[in-house]
Amino acid sequence: MAHSVFNSIDELQAALRAHKYVADRGLATAIFLALRLGRPLFLEGEAGVGKTEVAKVLATLLDTELIRLQCYEGLDVNQAVYEWNYARQMMHIRLAEARGERPDEAELFGPQFLLRRPLLQAIDASHARPPVLLVDELDRSDEEFEAYLLEVLSDFQITIPEIGTLKAPRPPVVVLTSNRTREVHDALKRRCLYFWIDYPSFEKELEIVRTRLPDAPEALTRQITGFVQDLRHADLYKLPGVAETLDWTAALVALDQKALDPEVVDETLGVILKYQDDVQKVKGEQTRAIIGRVNVGA
Amino acid sequence: MDKLPPLPPGGQLVHNLLLFGRLLRALGLDVNPGRVMDLTVALGQIDIGRRSDFYFAARSLLVHKREDLPLFDQAFQLFWRPPTEGQFVGKPAYSGRKRQAPRTVPPPLRAPDPPPDADPNQANNKPPETVLEVTRTYSALEALRRKDFATLTAEEYAAIKALMAQLNWRLGQRRTRRQTPGGGPRPDLRRTLRRNLKYGGQVLEWSVRQPQYKPRPVVVLADISGSMERYTRLLLHFLYTLSRGLGQPVQTFVFSTRLTPISRPLKHKDIGRALSEVSRAVTDWSGGTRIGEALKDFNYHWGRRVLGRGAVVIIISDGWDRGDPALAAHEMARLQRSCYRLIWLNPLLGSAEYEPLTRGMQAALPFVDDFLPVHNLASLEELAEHLATLDDKRRR
Repeated sequence: MAHSVFNSIDELQAALRAHKYVADRGLATAIFLALRLGRPLFLEGEAGVGKTEVAKVLATLLDTELIRLQCYEGLDVNQAVYEWNYARQMMHIRLAEARGERPDEAELFGPQFLLRRPLLQAIDASHARPPVLLVDELDRSDEEFEAYLLEVLSDFQITIPEIGTLKAPRPPVVVLTSNRTREVHDALKRRCLYFWIDYPSFEKELEIVRTRLPDAPEALTRQITGFVQDLRHADLYKLPGVAETLDWTAALVALDQKALDPEVVDETLGVILKYQDDVQKVKGEQTRAIIGRVNVGA
Repeated sequence: MDKLPPLPPGGQLVHNLLLFGRLLRALGLDVNPGRVMDLTVALGQIDIGRRSDFYFAARSLLVHKREDLPLFDQAFQLFWRPPTEGQFVGKPAYSGRKRQAPRTVPPPLRAPDPPPDADPNQANNKPPETVLEVTRTYSALEALRRKDFATLTAEEYAAIKALMAQLNWRLGQRRTRRQTPGGGPRPDLRRTLRRNLKYGGQVLEWSVRQPQYKPRPVVVLADISGSMERYTRLLLHFLYTLSRGLGQPVQTFVFSTRLTPISRPLKHKDIGRALSEVSRAVTDWSGGTRIGEALKDFNYHWGRRVLGRGAVVIIISDGWDRGDPALAAHEMARLQRSCYRLIWLNPLLGSAEYEPLTRGMQAALPFVDDFLPVHNLASLEELAEHLATLDDKRRR
């Protein structure tokens, strides 16, 4: 029960809101419990629904450091946990030689030659408060790394043969995200609190855009949100996420738009749709139809 | 779980939670008593009077797969019905987009296969007078190997299944980005330094690392429409042996009018059980074929999840298609672009006079890397050999 800064789900939800993150009750509950129970939080969802953002806002909220580990295939101990600084070690050996001494092995593998990678940083004792560890896009890593991560997350300790076992005095707040390009192993998920972040409702998305981009004209914001919401029912290869809605709003504001104009929409579709097939499908007729529906709904 | 914090008041609640856990387990969710105990601890942290908080707390601890969410919702509503009957007020805002229909039990379908160890005389309910002595003489075996799957007698069928189980499945390997010590071209600085300390840090011996190899992921899309019916039972058997024989997960789908994932039901150790689970999961046996639609469904909803890391995709179909050929061509093109190798197995290709003239086949063919027959055991052996030597680059 390490992080009891928040006494209730409401309090946490309000705090998230104050830091411009609009979380619904379900997500707030999961985060609250993750903090209370000291369990990792496993967030899944389509791209651009704000998974990574959760870790960032948590770090701000808890006034602590955010340590991010971006996953990729072949991610190994050298990149995720620690590595020895070989260049410095070689230099050290040369210097010892120049002095006519034999290099001292214990010294050579001491902390001053250790390069701390994200996982080691996260369990390090040097933090005033437990940091937030973000393991981003875990689905991109491979089974070997997953297995290793499982081990680290179960007791927050890391063994370096030359130094010994390092253990986190207080475990970090762990947030794992996945886009589900691959199923992550059950054993790992079982250890976590799981939450699937869905695309937001119209009201929630509108609130997100308003919160994030308060300078955008209200009418435009409503139209954009309505447009994107409508687009998510279309038969598309890749649906736009909230991140795309925000980018698009920013783009249209930068273009000084006050309301959705079919031509400008067609020209800027690339901001929300990332596949040429999808852009072609929506461009023109469908754009006009959606704008028509949005205006009727407004 | 030896030291449990004090439980929230009310032993009845714990009892109910355990019952609820048991219900979820019975529904096929991965819930163990440990998780339920975690939940009791979690409930001490929140206001359980608030139904939606209780719901979300339970959900985030007891569910860890998106597919299980609708099941959980159903079970939750059923089990934690408010004492006052009627509409459940605190229904969570979670109802979002349409998702798969819950896993209710569909009406019973024709079981595709009797259990393998059933008495062969009973298989197929055919009269036992067509007894073919499967003497393992070369010629009998050879004849069986060459015999079209569509024309097997019950006994030959049983014999084929036994032979199928003996096929040796291996798959071309993919170079991963993970490295292991030894052999290869990249320097291993850590080992190099360690080894050379004994020379006072002079680098005299280099240690190297090499990339690790792994079998490619396999995705199978099998046509179970009406025109394939004669082959379906044996193909399902084949899918089962393939997914077990490769010694790695195989993602398997069947389609006729819609696409159904069957990897999970196929995982059962007992083949009879696995196949009957499959027949329960599939609702469109022997329907019409819409290859384009099925492939689109796959590309849109599954492709990104199962096609990573140089997957080999195997489509099994005779190419009779009632859908739109333009769509089929478009989706085939996308599928080919997103996998390492696209193999099409066609049972009709076994007959000498067959030419791939059907519209569906015509539309698909330009995007197929390997077009192979799958009509008898010999063709399966060839397939096994082909898969093992996949590593040569694409032909085109």
